[in-house]
Amino acid sequence: MSNANRSGAHDEEVVIRVEGLKAAFDDRTILENVTFDVFQGEVFGILGGSGSGKTVLVRHIIGLYEPAAGRVLIEGRDVATAQGEERLAILRRIGVMYQLGALFGSMTLLENVSLPLEEYTALPPDAIELIARLKLKLVGLEGFEHHMPSELSGGMQKRAAIARAMALDPAILFLDEPSSGLDPVTAAAFDQTVLRLARVLGITVVVVTHDLASTFTICDRVIMLHKEARGIIAEGDPHELREKSDNPHVRHFFNREAEEERATEPAGA
Amino acid sequence: MAELTITPPDGATRGLALAGRLDAHSLGPVWADAKRALAGSPDRPFVVDCSRVEYCDGAGIAMLVDLLGTERRPGAEVRIEGLREGFGRLLEQFDPAEFRAPPPPREAPGSVVERLGRAGRGVWVGLYALVAFVGEALTALAGALRRPSSVRWRDVLLVAEEAGVNALPIVALIGFLMGVILAFQSAISMRQFGAEIFVADLVGLAMTRELGPLMTAILLAGRSGAAFAAEIGTMKVNDEVNALETMGLDPVRFLVVPRMLAAVAMMPLLSAFAVLIGLLGGAMVMQLFEIPLYTYYLQVVNRVQLNDLFGGLFKSVVFGVLVAGVGCLRGLQTRTGASAVGLSATSAVVSGIVLIVAVDGIFAVVFYYLDI
Repeated sequence: MSNANRSGAHDEEVVIRVEGLKAAFDDRTILENVTFDVFQGEVFGILGGSGSGKTVLVRHIIGLYEPAAGRVLIEGRDVATAQGEERLAILRRIGVMYQLGALFGSMTLLENVSLPLEEYTALPPDAIELIARLKLKLVGLEGFEHHMPSELSGGMQKRAAIARAMALDPAILFLDEPSSGLDPVTAAAFDQTVLRLARVLGITVVVVTHDLASTFTICDRVIMLHKEARGIIAEGDPHELREKSDNPHVRHFFNREAEEERATEPAGA
Repeated sequence: MAELTITPPDGATRGLALAGRLDAHSLGPVWADAKRALAGSPDRPFVVDCSRVEYCDGAGIAMLVDLLGTERRPGAEVRIEGLREGFGRLLEQFDPAEFRAPPPPREAPGSVVERLGRAGRGVWVGLYALVAFVGEALTALAGALRRPSSVRWRDVLLVAEEAGVNALPIVALIGFLMGVILAFQSAISMRQFGAEIFVADLVGLAMTRELGPLMTAILLAGRSGAAFAAEIGTMKVNDEVNALETMGLDPVRFLVVPRMLAAVAMMPLLSAFAVLIGLLGGAMVMQLFEIPLYTYYLQVVNRVQLNDLFGGLFKSVVFGVLVAGVGCLRGLQTRTGASAVGLSATSAVVSGIVLIVAVDGIFAVVFYYLDI
């Protein structure tokens, strides 16, 4: 799907607002003065090299880390200061897939995916089981419902983690490096699933990724972080950034990958 | 909110109409009602009208899959009508028939004989692993004695600090209370015979020969044995142990030897400390029974011989080897996942305590025959 087709996919309603965020641990500043908005229904990419602070930024957005300065608003509510019921209300609206899966090792895959449904809905057990099975089917894990996470490969664990993050069909889905560890076919199928969820259900997706193919397929807009800048060096449509950005870091990031893609094209043909 | 209305019969067709938001938070009662309505018309075609559905997420799709997948008589199939195209595409991803049967069980539990066989094999494999580990550990320790420079002494000191120095407060507390309890309980009975002075003999002998080494070893098992298992187990889960192996470095030399050396060095010291504090506890109780401190001291010194002290210290060295060895073995046997680390730590403590008590019993018999 081309990006042009998706222009105007979101209705300009801000669901995540990051204002002047500073992320620091002790004396070490990772990010400073980071400001951007994420709109309803868009797939928003956070790009950047290793150590540029992508995961740190996401963890600030979802309220795991408290900003050293600035603030993060999710649907107008400050994540860092929200307490009790208000915090729970925010957390119910989001689903998070962690970089390493973070499945609960003492539960089967079915139990992992069922857990949020059991805790947050009044659905009967057989309905919960069916929903969990559908989610596992979506990520290609049908037949592994009763397996423990430790019995699966890293890629399969990651897919199960994606299924768990989607269990409640959250309004905002955070995906930290979803395609790493997935084979290309599953990664492409997953991209289509993300797109379908975003377009049909209006889910907002924030995806941290290194995968440029996935970025160009699913992301409406991206920001790019850079280690030396300690913040955002580019923001916008990924295709436009690739074609028009003057920033050498951005061009290097996109073009180097593009050259590798061209180099592998004949082999794949 | 999700709404459901049973549509009036239309000729031979029955059905229901869904409206509003079909999501996980609002579907609870609607789902059950829809299933009941479907079950109530087993022999007629059944139409689910979704034309007034505004929103349908994964839970709504699951309900439709559930309705479509319900087994029906021929000619009485379920049909979804009016579902918006986007939601329809979500629904098309699933084959309802596929979800009729429960998911396949992971593995058949097997017959009683099979399970007994598996359990027996598990015990055999465990024993084999234990023997292999003891062999490896002893070889590595012998290598360490031959070439002390090969030992990572910095690690030994760090473990010794954690397992030894940092354990002093808890060893002191337990040792003191053991001395107090032992003296108090025995003194009450002995007072009836005017034999309170022999409480010093009892406390001295019991703490030196048995309770000092035994209680210290149990504390070490609970504190450091579990820590060794959890630490090495986490390294195993994180592939750090594999990384050592693929670098050509022996995990036993790197992880086990420093811990065993530290435990062997610390256990007698901790045990002697526990004995001393226990004797102090006994002395304090004796003050209540009007036995002078010097009299108590003389009684203990005259009764407790050097071989009692060294016998106790020797036992504590053996206990140290057992606790550290079992802790490291369980750590290295850790499988994958956080729960496996917990199981290893638990197993290290349980196995450690069982071994300590069993070996202590053997020592009691051996010391009796050797007249120690």
